[in-house]
Amino acid sequence: MQELKARALELLKNGTVQRVLGWRIGENTYDPEPAFFDSEEAMKDFVYNNFCAANLSKYMIEACKLEGKTLVCLKPCDSYSFNQLLSEHRIDREKAYIIGVGCKGKLSIEKVSQAGVKGILSVTDTDPLQVTTLYGDTTVAYKDAMLSRCHVCKGKDHVVYDELIGESEDTVDADRFAEVAAIEAMSPEEKFAFFQAELSKCIRCNACRNVCPACSCRKCVFDSNKFDSTQKANVDSFEEKMFHIIRAFHVAGRCTDCGECSRVCPQGIPLHLFNRKFIKDINNLYGEYQAGADVEAKGPLTSFTTEDAEPSVVSQGGIR
Amino acid sequence: MSVNEEFRPKIVAFCCNWCSYAGADLAGSSRLAYPADVKIIRVPCSCRVNPMFILRAFEKGADGVILCGCHPGDCHYSTGNYYARRRMTLLFSMLDFMGVENGRTRVEWVSAAEGVKFSTVMNDFVEKIRSLGENVRLGDLRCKN
Amino acid sequence: MKRIALENLPKLYAVIGQKQSLILPIKTAGKTNFGLWTETADVDLQTLKTVKSAKDAFFPQSETLYTCYQEGKAIKIQPEDLENEDFVVFGIKACDVRGIKVLDQVFLSDPVDSFYAARRKHGTIVALACGQPESSCFCHVFGIDCKEPEGDVVTWLTADYLYWKSVTEKGEALTALVAELLQDCDGKAVDAQKASIASIMEKLPYANLSLDGWNGDALTEKFNSPIWEQLYKPCLACGTCTFVCPTCQCYDIRDYDTGKNGIQRYRCWDSCMYSDFTMMAHGNNRTSQLQRFRQRFMHKLVYFPANNNGMYSCVGCGRCVDKCPSHLNIVKVIKAFGKEEA
Repeated sequence: MQELKARALELLKNGTVQRVLGWRIGENTYDPEPAFFDSEEAMKDFVYNNFCAANLSKYMIEACKLEGKTLVCLKPCDSYSFNQLLSEHRIDREKAYIIGVGCKGKLSIEKVSQAGVKGILSVTDTDPLQVTTLYGDTTVAYKDAMLSRCHVCKGKDHVVYDELIGESEDTVDADRFAEVAAIEAMSPEEKFAFFQAELSKCIRCNACRNVCPACSCRKCVFDSNKFDSTQKANVDSFEEKMFHIIRAFHVAGRCTDCGECSRVCPQGIPLHLFNRKFIKDINNLYGEYQAGADVEAKGPLTSFTTEDAEPSVVSQGGIR
Repeated sequence: MSVNEEFRPKIVAFCCNWCSYAGADLAGSSRLAYPADVKIIRVPCSCRVNPMFILRAFEKGADGVILCGCHPGDCHYSTGNYYARRRMTLLFSMLDFMGVENGRTRVEWVSAAEGVKFSTVMNDFVEKIRSLGENVRLGDLRCKN
Repeated sequence: MKRIALENLPKLYAVIGQKQSLILPIKTAGKTNFGLWTETADVDLQTLKTVKSAKDAFFPQSETLYTCYQEGKAIKIQPEDLENEDFVVFGIKACDVRGIKVLDQVFLSDPVDSFYAARRKHGTIVALACGQPESSCFCHVFGIDCKEPEGDVVTWLTADYLYWKSVTEKGEALTALVAELLQDCDGKAVDAQKASIASIMEKLPYANLSLDGWNGDALTEKFNSPIWEQLYKPCLACGTCTFVCPTCQCYDIRDYDTGKNGIQRYRCWDSCMYSDFTMMAHGNNRTSQLQRFRQRFMHKLVYFPANNNGMYSCVGCGRCVDKCPSHLNIVKVIKAFGKEEA
């Protein structure tokens, strides 16, 4: 962290960059917030720890509209999102100075609570996590406090960067498509009951959409006032399902599977399942594709072959 | 739900202007019968159909939605139907993934010369939706009785 | 003071639930929210904070106000029926009860919101003391006592019993309904729990949070502060903080075309974080996220007290502290201003 902070400060001072996009220390170890730093004074609050989960690439859309270069700290998985935004011309490579930061799997305070820890006062980002609480001290294994996306990590390598600082670790201990396959194996009634229970929790806060680096439309179709339904009305009906299908569909072929949607959901809905189902189908039908891996690649939904499967493949036993 | 003789499904058919809509015309002028339950919406090309069109149709009470376009290779705009094909495959797969019975959605390629095919496809689709019964899972409760 | 053994709670729910609608914390797919009791519902009194507050029971996120439909050549208007049956909201915490008092200030003052007033008239509140306050709690800052909440009936949950004290007439009526299940007892266990809660309250991280300088007179000084420029930056413009909040009361009104069932005019919660908040024919009077972000905190800590005899419209439940995807929250805002002014 010190090396990163020192290097960022150096680049800020020598004028290579006008501002630094990183994380500001919060009240505690576990609540750092994304922030811009434009002076040595401000950089005092700069922090990078294992709780810095936010994907900063989307903030670059705004940063690219500002004067001069912005230094941005990207974790390996964030660099895919950055590349994807580049290929869609939403950001300008010339306006970014990328420091690829090391990642050992990111932690979530929500996961610590889910492990049954109440009244958390402080927590370390070490393995295991040392937790002090209002009701006594305890420890939580690093793996148990890790975000679910880190269990199916895309790898340690940054796909775009100007320089690298810090080591990354392999955190994969699960099959990326196992959850999707488990649902595919259910009967239609079970599938429907599963999604009905999950989506009935949706409060239409739109956090999943707003945090998504692939959701970069200036004005979302769901914010249109031409509809008689509205993006903020929770009606516990098909409206929520439609929103989640379309949200995932609009980023199908562009979603890098960064997992931010599931991280931010206040109701803990596994939103990544929708995105991952599309990714799985695309891989099976149109060949392996990883959005953001290659800036020049053509997305699976903006290309075709004359031999593509017919839609009837779904009713004839589905895509496996 | 048991098959109800009285049940008249609402079917929305999105037809591309150049092939399938002309195919429907031909079916009409050839006096080939297909059920009046099918409501045709003309679109410039099958790839004009956004997944949201299909979901909104269901939400507002459709029991089945069918998309008809030019045969692959014959698109008036050369390649539109190829894009539509990928999109619809993924959309239908997602609906299946969410446990919404498949069979309520379909894609058929119908050329301007295929009046007979148009009528056969529609008869078959309406029959299929009749056997599936009313759309419950994809509708908005507010639009129900 | 009365009490009921925990293993008899399902009977209690059933007795109430068969007579009236019973709304209480229910766990669905891993998260606990207030919901309607059914035989199969997974009731969860152990989770301290439901994701959403209990606000829905009196002010639902979406509700139809009236329906317009065509009859021959005339257009008929069918208003939605007001709540006319008694119901019980069980297991509300002290902060959420205060949240309802805040909503009362808005909806029960002239012009009275008839939908809300009808629900308030028919609803009985069974409050539950907080046995294990969380580190994000700061209700005491607003003078709320989580050891002894307000409500029609107040309850305390211990390892073996639910202790029950009725406070109001509505509470007495509900107590009479379930009298067979309750036994008389002394208040020793409750006193012990209160003492233990009091000792935890002193250790809370926000125990000394100061609201100095936040009042109705601070309008221009706070409004024009340059601090907002820095604070709002990480905000994603999602509505999480406003939708989990027990006191946010802004709503939007829209029309939904149901086809043959006519046009339903409904209202749904709005969020000042959204770009279409207070959108009017001429456009939007808040054009940047900074303005929208500022609105939320100014409303809670400055505008509301200015119009309601100093009552803040924050109750310190800490839900926004727990749930903000960017780890922004009202505490950080209060502290940032405190630091600047010191």
